[in-house]
This record gives sequence, C-alpha cells and structure tokens, in this order.
Amino acid sequence: MSESQALLRTEGLTKTFPGTRALDAVDFDLRAGEVHALLGENGAGKSTLIKCLTGAYRRDAGEILLEGAPIDPRDTQDALALGIGTVYQEVNLLPNLSVAENLLLGRQPRRVGLVRRRAMNDRARAMLARYGLSIDVTRNLDAYSVAIQQIVAIARAVSMSGRVLILDEPTASLDRDEVAMLFDVVRGLRDNGLGIIFISHFLDQVFEIADRVTVLRNGRLVGVHDIGGLDRLRLVNLMLGRELAEETRETGRGGIDYDAAPRLRFSGTGRRGAIAPFDLDVHRGEVIGVAGLLGSGRTETAELMFGAAPMDCGSVTSEGRPLRLASPRDAIGAGFGFSPEDRKTSGIIGDMSVRENIVLALQARQGWLRRVPMRRQRELADDFIKRLDIRTSDAEKPIGELSGGNQQKALLARWLATNPEFLILDEPTRGIDVGAHAEIIRMIEELCASGMSLLVISAELDELVAYSHRVIVVRDRVHVAELVGEAITTDAIVKAIARPAAEAGENAR
Amino acid sequence: MNPRLLPFLATVVIFVVAYVICWLQFPAMLSTRVIGNLLTDGAFLGIVAVGMTFVILSGGIDLSVGSVIAFSGVFVAVMLRDTGIHPVPVFVLLLAITTAFGAAMGLIIHVLQMPPFIVTLAGMFLARGMAYVLSVDSIPIAHPFYDWVQTAYWLMPGKGRLTLIGATMLAVFVAGILLAHRTRFGANVFALGGGVQTARLMGVPVGRTTVLIYALSGLLAGLSGIVFSFYTSAGYSLATVGVELDAIAAVVIGGTLLTGGSGFVAGTLIGVLIMGLIQTYITFDGTLSSWWTKIIIGALLLAFIVLQKALLDITAKRASAREAG
Repeated sequence: MSESQALLRTEGLTKTFPGTRALDAVDFDLRAGEVHALLGENGAGKSTLIKCLTGAYRRDAGEILLEGAPIDPRDTQDALALGIGTVYQEVNLLPNLSVAENLLLGRQPRRVGLVRRRAMNDRARAMLARYGLSIDVTRNLDAYSVAIQQIVAIARAVSMSGRVLILDEPTASLDRDEVAMLFDVVRGLRDNGLGIIFISHFLDQVFEIADRVTVLRNGRLVGVHDIGGLDRLRLVNLMLGRELAEETRETGRGGIDYDAAPRLRFSGTGRRGAIAPFDLDVHRGEVIGVAGLLGSGRTETAELMFGAAPMDCGSVTSEGRPLRLASPRDAIGAGFGFSPEDRKTSGIIGDMSVRENIVLALQARQGWLRRVPMRRQRELADDFIKRLDIRTSDAEKPIGELSGGNQQKALLARWLATNPEFLILDEPTRGIDVGAHAEIIRMIEELCASGMSLLVISAELDELVAYSHRVIVVRDRVHVAELVGEAITTDAIVKAIARPAAEAGENAR
Repeated sequence: MNPRLLPFLATVVIFVVAYVICWLQFPAMLSTRVIGNLLTDGAFLGIVAVGMTFVILSGGIDLSVGSVIAFSGVFVAVMLRDTGIHPVPVFVLLLAITTAFGAAMGLIIHVLQMPPFIVTLAGMFLARGMAYVLSVDSIPIAHPFYDWVQTAYWLMPGKGRLTLIGATMLAVFVAGILLAHRTRFGANVFALGGGVQTARLMGVPVGRTTVLIYALSGLLAGLSGIVFSFYTSAGYSLATVGVELDAIAAVVIGGTLLTGGSGFVAGTLIGVLIMGLIQTYITFDGTLSSWWTKIIIGALLLAFIVLQKALLDITAKRASAREAG
C-alpha cells in the first residue's frame, strides 16, 4: 500500500497501564474512502487504541499521523478540530435539547448575541437532509429512536471533523432495519471520502460493511486483511489466537448420565433483546461450558439463569418441581451461586474485609435479622483462606488490597460458603496470573466431583475443553450448538462460533 | 406537543384557575391595583428566583441566596449610614461582591467536584455570618434617593401602580428569558442539566458555564437584596431566612425539573405570582392565618413533583416502547 493512501496512521503506538501493556507497538492505517473494522476480544486493545486516537488517553510511545503530519490530540475536542470524530454506542448527545441544538451546540448562528432559532433549525434540517433524514428538528432528541439519535450523532461528528469517523459499537442496540438505515449513512460517508473505523462484535455486520479488517489481540496487532480474502472461520481464529493448522488432541470429559433426571431444567427460557429462548438441562456433577464471542449472549445466558435479568418466557424446574426465578434472591434461595464477569464492579466490595466479603452471600440467604455469629464467620473465612489458598495477611484485610486472582478466589469462597447446588462462573480466570489460573481450574474440577453442577463462561477455549462435560456455543444471542464429551475440541468450538447464521439450523449434539 | 411543556402549561392553568376563584369570591381582586401589588411584593423573590432557575436548570442548587439578600441589605444600610457615598456606587460595589461570591462557589463546585448542596450550604452560613459581623441590629435606611425610588411608579389604567422595583423584576425576567432560551450560554446551561459528562464531550465549557451560573445567581441575589432594602427601608441580618427555599419552590411550581435540564424562566414568574396570589387571597379573606400560604404552597409543590415524576415515567415508557417496537 502506498504512503499517499493513508489518511490516518499509527506507528508503534504503545500505552501501558500499571500491570498491563494495553497497546504494544501497534501499527494501524486507515485510508480515505474505506470502512475499516477493528476487531478483537475484550482486553485486546481496541478501545485503548480509539482513546489514544481521540485524545482521551495520552500514548506512551509511537506516532499518530494524519495525512502524513504527526498529531497529538490532547482531548476529544482537540481530536474533533483535527478532523477525527467519534460516535459511541451510548449516544453521547443531550436528550433534553432539541435535535437542532444537539447538532449545533456551541456553533449556533447568532445575531447580537442571540441565537437565530430559524437559521439554526434550517441549518440542522440541511445537515440531516444529507443523510436522507427528514424529521422535526425542533423536537427534543429523546422523542426519536436510538437509530435516529445515532444518525444525528454521526451528522454532528462529521460536520465538526470531516476526515475520520470512529464508530464504536454503534449498532449494539439497534434492530435489523435500523442497522440497514445506519449502514446506508455509513456507505454514503465512505463514498464521500471519509475514513471510517468501525468497531462491532457482530461479525455479520463486519462482513457486510467493512472493506478491511485489523485484528488486535492482547494489545498487539495480529493482522490487517482485506475483507474479500477472509472467511468467518479465519477471522474468528485470528481473534481468538488460534491457527487452523493447530491440532488439538484434547477433548471434553464424559461420565455424565444424561438419561437420569436432570437437577435443573430450563425450558424455552429467554429474554427479549438479551438471549433467544433456549432449553438446557443441568445434571448433577456436570460442568457446562459456555463459549462465544464477546457480546454473543454468553453473559446474558448466565444472568438469565441467575434471575439477574428476569426471563420473559419459558419455565424452570428443579428436581421436577417448578421454580420461580424472578430475582437473584430467588436463585440464591434455590441454591444457586453466581460469580459475575467484572468482579471489580459487580462482585467484590473493595473496602470490606476478606471475611465480610466471604460471608456476604451466606448472610444474605439467611436474612439480615439472623446474623451469622462472628465465630462462625471467622471459622468460615479462615477455612476458605486455607482451602483455596487465598494469599492474604489475615481475614480482616480489605479485599481491594488483594491481587486479582486472590479476589477471584475470595469471590468463589463467598458462593461456596452457601453450599450451592449450582454455581455459575462468568470468566473466572480473566485477568489473573497463571498460578491462580491453574488453582481455579483444579477447584472447578473438585467441585463437580463433589456433586455440584457448574456453568462456566470463558473465552479461553483450552480451558473450557479441559473441564467441560458439555459446551454450549452462543452466537448473536442464540444458543447455536451443543457439544458433548468427545465432541468437545477447540476446533469444533471455533467452527461453531464462526459458522454463518444461514447454516446455524443443525445441532451438533 | 412536547411533553416537557406540560408542567409549564399546568402552572399557567393553575394560576388562571386560582385567579378566577379569587375573582369570583372577591371581584375587587381583578384590578390593576392588585396586579401592581403582586409585582411589587413579589419583586425581590422573583429576581432571586430567576437566578435560581438557571442554577436548577443546570442540575444544581443554590442555598446561599437568602443569606446573600440579608447581607446585601445590611451592607447597603451600613455603607449609607457610615459613609457619605451615594447609593448607586454602593450598589455597584455590592453587586461586584455578591457576583464574586457566587463565582467563587461555582469555582469550588467545579474544581473540587463538590456537590452544590454542600458548597452553597457553606456559602449560606458564610453570608449570614458576614451580615451579623456588619451589624446584629436592624439598621433603618434614610436617603433622598430611597425616597425617590420608593415613590417612583407608573400609574396603570385602573389606578394600579407599577412600581420601579416591580418593573425591575419584570425586566430581569425578560433578560432571563432571553439569556436562557436564546443564547449559547443558555443552551449550555440546559446541556449541563442534561448530563455534565455528555456536555463536556460535546464541547460545552463546563467550568466556565458553572462559574457563570453561580455568579449570575449571586448577582441576582445582590440585586434582590437591593430591591428588598427599597421594599423594607432597612437592612437586617435576620431578614429573608428561608427565602432560598421559597425561590426553589417558585422555580419548581413554575415547571422546572428539579433534577435539571428542562424548564422555562417564564414559568418561574408564574410560580412567584401564584405564591403572591395565595398571600393576597388570605389578606382579602382576613380570617385565615397567613400560615395557610405555606400549607398551600407545600401542597402545590408536592403536586408538581409528582406531576414531573409521572411525566418522566411516561417519556421513559414511550422511549422503551419505541425500542421494543
């Protein structure tokens, strides 16, 4: 590719946070008149790259070149002035202002200090007309659908920047028709010579709109490809860091009697906008793995099963008896446990001690009036600290001061203290060191040997294969495949994740 | 129709209905005399409520204004008693002080990221304390300029008097309406009320706007203090206790969302007039305790907050219905 084609380039872009290198010498280039998809799993460095480009973060090393000239945006306004506009998934406009005010805030036409309303509304109408949108611009923004708000956001960003447009998951909350409408707008801008960076978890959309794809993994550049030379399987392999040639001998585990009555039976349970209705039996002593790309519906599955996001259809039975799962309280009462994906925001309470964090779920189940005696609390905490090898000076240390792996173990201890029959673990091994990693996997195996049932969500396919009796594959918010025992291999999982929607009908079981 | 107009329209309807009820009982209430008195009596509250409207529109609150009014009165009275300076330069000096005081609170709110409630609560004690330091007694004001202003009025048809201080309030409202609804600054105030983080991302100068909003509130509190000194011909450090709460009530009854981002400065005028109307009714009636004013205002306030909450829920429901559909 020739130098002159590059509208925006980064060379050796590096950004380090305490403990992690979020971007490691990433080269990226964007041409004028192309839609360039930026792909990668959680923590791959997509958002860090975007934040460096828009000035939200200052890079530690490397160059950003806009049309060949080095730039150094200090904040988003600076980036806008340079010609780089961004539209986020959450519409960053003000719902309480009119559409016209949103489009022209800070640039309203004035006469002797007073805003000329009519001129402002005319200009706003003209701006939107370019996108084929004819709406009443004097109404408040929140009178319109998210798709229209997105287009208004794009119109504002483009009118202020005009060279590079970054779309950060703009389609996450849109339905099919709205996505089509948005893509028409994006194509129009591309044909006008804008360079567009498109971030999305929906691979179908990437294949539909993108011209080229850059894949990041663990902060490093994996590759840049023309979309024409890629198929879904290859793309998923790139994102998950596996090569097609790689042979994996390892398969899942057997030994579960699927003819016996299941412990839990989810029939046709689903929630609109989160996960399509699915059937799932959970057997005694079984580990069910859930695989899928980020945003595919894997976390939504867990939240639904725990009552955190109540189901709007289907039913659940426990040991043959109907079970009501309208809230986490119901779930805890039925002997469920749930260790969520983001332990920092929805798991641990950083200022409370290790002991208090461990006792929390048990106390909640007993009800706050029946306090767990302090002696029992101490016994429990000390017991789990020993059993799970939680590295802490003592049980009274604030949990926020522990390392990630030890926090994760304390979270596990919280649920184990309630003696759950069914434990849901969402990404139990993310962001923890190798040693703690192995211990948590060993613990998962021990727990299921003791008769507990587990549902584990993980992006680490090797890990899923190692401990799962069954793997559910989720794509585009639908359970698309179920692999059992010998059939579980990383290749089979990757293929199921990558298979285009059209072929998704058959079931691998 | 824009659902956000509803609280404002409700205020107007309540005002008209209330006035009709008053008129049916006391036909004399429909006269320019009563209207002139409503404007004069409501002048100091109306002026300070305009500043409060901006503060609340931006999602903040200013608890200091009642104390600032008292401080202003005492300051003016002491200056006129102890120095030979003409009132006009004293006013200019006072307005500079109260504006700077408001700006300082805005700066603290922005720079230290402190809740406006706490910062202006501190400002409330500070201003009241400064008033005590100047004088603990009520100081009468006697100056030819005061006599002139107090007798300056325009005789409306029907022998009603539009006094200078009543006219000042109307002028402040006109300026406030233009500033809020027709300038970039006004749009920025609404933007802050819609969401500070988003406003910042959209390029609103958050710091400057915050400082200006509280400076404006301080300026108008000072002006209100001057008007109050004309109204009472005295400066007293114990005066206007709780006026900040009356101002907040007027703003909310006027249809401005207490959480910010939505409302009309004109609504605040109606809010002030409704409060004055209740007071006038009680005066006309003669047998009712004047505490009934507080009770009715309390009931109105409650009704408006419930109305606003209901409107928010309706808008949210509509939005989610659209998402699903």
